Amino acid sequence: MGAQVIKSELVQRIAEKNPHLYQRDIEKVVNAVLNGITDALVRGDRVELRGFGAFSVKQRDARLGRNPRTGDHVAVVEKAVPFFKTGKEMRERLNPADAAEVAAAAEPAPRKRLRA
Amino acid sequence: MTKLPGTIDGKTITRADLSEAVYQQLGLSRSESAELVEMVLQEISAAIVRGETVKLSSFGSFVVRAKGERIGRNPKTGIEVPITPRRVMVFKPSNILKSRINGTPIPKDD
Repeated sequence: MGAQVIKSELVQRIAEKNPHLYQRDIEKVVNAVLNGITDALVRGDRVELRGFGAFSVKQRDARLGRNPRTGDHVAVVEKAVPFFKTGKEMRERLNPADAAEVAAAAEPAPRKRLRA
Repeated sequence: MTKLPGTIDGKTITRADLSEAVYQQLGLSRSESAELVEMVLQEISAAIVRGETVKLSSFGSFVVRAKGERIGRNPKTGIEVPITPRRVMVFKPSNILKSRINGTPIPKDD
């Protein structure tokens, strides 16, 4: 189990790098970012943050589910679910060795764009 | 822009829109608003790269998962290739976010 960071700690870390700002203003910035993403998803919009990732909403059809404990059938209604796709840069930063290998393999060939 | 299957058609929000929201709500300069949005994303990214779980109440959490080696297949050629062990980032939306997107009542806890 790795370490965990909660919002207030994130705010504190950013505040340490911005001594000219009040911590409560940093908190407002973090909330504005998260609310901006949330509001976009509620409208059904997509949020694309290059290098970080993209948030979107996927529609799930109604289906017949099962209660795993009893095995009973239960109707699951149609619903929308938030979906996050990790950005290319984040994937590479999480797997640096892998990214280096891909770069080396791609070296002699004409540059092909990998999917973001 | 490639449309993900099952995605609703709509606008795409970017850093510029989030910066604008910060500018409107805090009254800092446009350039400082943009820098701060970038800093928020950088700080979240840095924590994830260090393997930390980032929990953002009422929004969701970003978790890093380690995946072992497995056998994959090139979908074009059908040739089996080993997929090396890797770390992946997963977003777990909070119940509040899920409810808001569906317009259903917000659950009490979380």
